[in-house]
Amino acid sequence: MRPTAARSGYDVAVIGAGVVGVAIARELSCYELRTIVLEACSDVGTGTTKANTAIRHTGFDAKPGSLEAALLRRAYPLLTDYAARTGIPLETPGALLVAWNAEQLARLDALATQATENGVGDVHPVAVDELYAREPRLGPGALGGLAIAGEGIMCPFTTPLAFATEALTNGVRIALDAPVRSIQDSGGDYAISTPRGPVQARWVVNAAGLYSDFIDRLMGHDRFTVRPRRGQLIVFDKLARPLVSSILLPVPTAVSKGVLVAPTVFGNVLLGPTAEEVDDRSATETTADGLADLMAKGRSILPALLDEEVTATYAGLRAATEHADYQIHCDTAQRYVCVGGIRSTGLSASMGIAAYVVELLADAGLRLRRAASHHGVHMPPVGESQLRRFRDTQAIATNPAYGEIVCHCERVTRGELVGALEAPLAPRTIDGLRRRTRAGLGRCQGFYCSAAIMSLLDERGARAVDGTRAAPTELDVVR
Amino acid sequence: MEPVPRRPSWTWSGDLVTMRPAPGLAVGPDRPVDVLIVGGGPAGLAAAVELRRHLATVAVVERERSLGGIPRHTRHSGYGLRDLHRVMSGPEYAERYATLAERASVQLHVSTTATDWSPDGGIVTTSPSGIVRWAPRAVLLATGCRERPRAARLVPGDRPSGVLTTGSLQQFADLFHLPVGARAVVVGAEHVSFSAIHTLTAHGVAVAAVVTDQPRTQTYAVLRTLTAARHRVPVYTSTDVVAVHGTERVSAVELADRRSGAHWSIACDTVVFTGGWVPDYELARRRPVAMAGPHPSVDQWLRTSSPGVFAAGNLVHAAETADVAALGGRQAARSIARYLADGSWPGPGIDIVPSDPILWAQPSRLTSNSERPTRGRLLMRVGRFLGPGTLELMQAGHVLHAAYHWRLVPNRSISVASASLAAADLGGGPVALVWHARR
Repeated sequence: MRPTAARSGYDVAVIGAGVVGVAIARELSCYELRTIVLEACSDVGTGTTKANTAIRHTGFDAKPGSLEAALLRRAYPLLTDYAARTGIPLETPGALLVAWNAEQLARLDALATQATENGVGDVHPVAVDELYAREPRLGPGALGGLAIAGEGIMCPFTTPLAFATEALTNGVRIALDAPVRSIQDSGGDYAISTPRGPVQARWVVNAAGLYSDFIDRLMGHDRFTVRPRRGQLIVFDKLARPLVSSILLPVPTAVSKGVLVAPTVFGNVLLGPTAEEVDDRSATETTADGLADLMAKGRSILPALLDEEVTATYAGLRAATEHADYQIHCDTAQRYVCVGGIRSTGLSASMGIAAYVVELLADAGLRLRRAASHHGVHMPPVGESQLRRFRDTQAIATNPAYGEIVCHCERVTRGELVGALEAPLAPRTIDGLRRRTRAGLGRCQGFYCSAAIMSLLDERGARAVDGTRAAPTELDVVR
Repeated sequence: MEPVPRRPSWTWSGDLVTMRPAPGLAVGPDRPVDVLIVGGGPAGLAAAVELRRHLATVAVVERERSLGGIPRHTRHSGYGLRDLHRVMSGPEYAERYATLAERASVQLHVSTTATDWSPDGGIVTTSPSGIVRWAPRAVLLATGCRERPRAARLVPGDRPSGVLTTGSLQQFADLFHLPVGARAVVVGAEHVSFSAIHTLTAHGVAVAAVVTDQPRTQTYAVLRTLTAARHRVPVYTSTDVVAVHGTERVSAVELADRRSGAHWSIACDTVVFTGGWVPDYELARRRPVAMAGPHPSVDQWLRTSSPGVFAAGNLVHAAETADVAALGGRQAARSIARYLADGSWPGPGIDIVPSDPILWAQPSRLTSNSERPTRGRLLMRVGRFLGPGTLELMQAGHVLHAAYHWRLVPNRSISVASASLAAADLGGGPVALVWHARR
């Protein structure tokens, strides 16, 4: 039973539809609650969530005893299970932490101890011979390494999309293009003002990522300031995929995890990220210096990589703060939970964070009653380790559109494009369609298919020509 | 086709790299055919038509919905000169070849993508009618080439919409009749760049500037002059695009002059990156066949390193005009016909190895002194403006050929008569292709 009684408002408003916000919304959708997610952008997962290294972290190098370490550990089995159930592309090739000088080599023991303290098992030192046996194309000069078997790679867009779709399917409302302007405590319920109209909610969860400090201030606190840290990344052609088998990590510093080379679940190879402090929270441009720096590092880590074509470059901002740890605070009297400072482990920790936040809400007095029924979701296969539609004889026999490849580089079929456009959380821009299907994100960057895809969008009446948004659909309407 | 031994022959990054097998590939029974041609553009279709004269059964698989390749969306004239001996527009030319192939009873399969090789050396395709494993006696790769997009050129800045290549621009404008923009900057000043200008102006898009990192434009003077006179397009030479700006849509490009170091911006809503040809070598490299730079290595009769596998068109010379690609297709057809008749396959032969500033040469291997390559030419490209100087073919210290050139232009077709290779020793070392600037 959904409470309707006297109040017309929501029980919980989650601010922010990044991976953390929608993971919390999904967790809340398991209970008899009226929940709404308020998102400033026109799609889920468009901030820090979409532009990162897509590494699934074990947390081996997190600060022991930190909330980050605890929630990464808690999230690990939850995400493994959830990905298997919903079809989120997730692979566990393991990582090799590579030491390139004596100082780094000396740190490996401490890192192995740290991993143990963090409850991360299957961490082993790797001698230099074994290192080159495992990664024959590793650049010259490596002195030794540490193998972390549990490190993995995942799809950074299917993950929030799965959470959001499951939340939506189970009654959560998701309001897009609804940035929060003000929050008034009108005694009993909060009145949250957005350009799409006012929203009443009893509880507020702040998962606003790069803007979480703004929201925290709207709630009357001054606990942290987001200091965006930009990460530029270079994606190499799928033909580079055989060059590397594990995630090649540098020895981390206090500031950053450093520049890595990793396979992606789409079969590419990724190089990055840079770590640059920037003032502007929308500074997601790449720079000549940043890209040159990455290419130079890539050349020493995996020289053969630079013989391959670059498929894409992009940049994202991590929501770092002046604090090293997550900024998760529960203010019982205010009926408010702040989830800030999730800098670079949000994708990996999201399910642990969500479980923890819901516990905090319950402890603070939110009444939780398991919903009588709950629907799971299954996401379309976009990962190379999955049975992609173009290779699926049965799928093509059922729907011949799965046999018509429209995006040749990423092998995205017309059936998948139409499926994404008809899904519960349909994209409203061509970028949204690209993120859901990978169409146009391959090596030709739309030389062959961009017009065909745009034409398909037109055909479907979405009229989401670049830069213009389609009219809001029913699902977006606030209340 | 006979099972083909996989020689460790790929030299792209110095050693053999094998792609991991795709999971769950389910296929039906093998479909036999004499020749399977991958790619229904000028080279593939010309080869198919020619092969039918030799009574072979031929299937063409084309991944697009219609046949004809790139000329389908290049509206300007000038197609067909060398191969069909008449001049027509790109779409007419594409149509003409589709008709010729149909009349020649070629099995034509559109919306059909060759996704990989089967373990026994055949080709696997996906189409709306299902997944098919082809068992051809010979394969011709005619997958063409594409332009290098902005990302691969590492042009930094924002990632707004409105960043195109000539290929996507022409598909938007001429194939799908979608709006393009109002004011464009064209990056590149070679033949295809002027084709992009033609498309833009024909659709009412103002061309704000043409930008090239080279010191001069690289197209024919007459084309350049006509364009300048008709459209009054300013051309910036020795200039790099150093950033793209804009949030949702392009708002400006930032340029830098290589000589003065000056930076300035030009307001525009569209940027078209032209040229920078990359052969579509994925299938070739998945086999893998030996590579010569970005192209599959082919001999004078367009044989790859893998017996039974041939390559032609802009896959082996990115990019020549469509008629040259078609003539290469015909040449490959004659070569395939002989292979079907006697099963003979030459030894590895000798490589023709270009050195900087020469980017590539085609054929890149020589396995016979008597077989004449397409049009009797050794094709090549240079990376920058050169001249005066001498182009030399050398083997083991002996000069096989030397020719004085007053000027060589990058992005323009350059050739040497293949007769100059007649004296090459097939048992000797590689033939070096070198440039000597005149002091």
